[in-house]
Amino acid sequence: MTVTAVRKDADNLTMTLDAEFDASPERVWQLWADPRQLERWWGPPTYPATVTSHDLRSGGRVDYHMTGPEGDQPRGYWEILEADAPRRLVFRDGFAHADGTPNSDMPRTEARVTIAEIADGRARMTIQSIFPDAAAMEQLVGMGMEEGLKQAVGQIDAILTGDAVTRA
Amino acid sequence: MQIAPPDFDRVFGALADATRRDIVRRAVDGEEGVAELASHYPMSFAAVQKHVAILERAGLVTKERIGRRKIVRTNPEGLRVARRLLDRYEELWRGRIDRMSALVADPPDRKETHK
Repeated sequence: MTVTAVRKDADNLTMTLDAEFDASPERVWQLWADPRQLERWWGPPTYPATVTSHDLRSGGRVDYHMTGPEGDQPRGYWEILEADAPRRLVFRDGFAHADGTPNSDMPRTEARVTIAEIADGRARMTIQSIFPDAAAMEQLVGMGMEEGLKQAVGQIDAILTGDAVTRA
Repeated sequence: MQIAPPDFDRVFGALADATRRDIVRRAVDGEEGVAELASHYPMSFAAVQKHVAILERAGLVTKERIGRRKIVRTNPEGLRVARRLLDRYEELWRGRIDRMSALVADPPDRKETHK
């Protein structure tokens, strides 16, 4: 496994994942900067991604869709906030309507990618995901990051079994 | 786009609203219809009806006809799906990292042009 750490932070509503690669930062950056390579890892095998436009610069935008097993094609886009090759990429990842316009009813996450050389030919990539809508979600359903989630399971189970009816 | 299965997207979207989360909580007992639910919120019946419809599409509540009334009831299975959100998100990224690793390893005999 190249994933070396995963941190879920309830206070800051982030999930941070560290991964190490036997490759230079430049090579790892290419995974993001080359749309054909991006297509080969962004979507899960059952939902391969097709990148239809790709402008990886601050203020730029990436448009893509995925193709599901039933032929469904959910669309998404990235809004690039920062791009500093080969070290740093910050973008918002959102859902789009069929015509490509952002679907504001769906949550957006912000991803902050940092790539650093840790040894010759070895790079560490850190991806921090920030969930803007999870704050509200966590308040009630109690779904937050790892701990919040475990609590939530207990809380919801309690509510469902009628042990703790916490209606307002 | 973080999560592939469409149902999951709907659940996430449906829960990203305080009123809808409150409806889910109230509907656990399955005693109230849309009109009763609407009385708890400073918004129109139509607005609450819309929230209930979004929750229904996400599989978080069901509507059941009892006599002349339609009772709104929380669907436990829908909530279970919601709970798995972050685990799934982590899984998704782990899958991506695995695919990235495979790409950078890119053995010479499998090398493709990236243009």
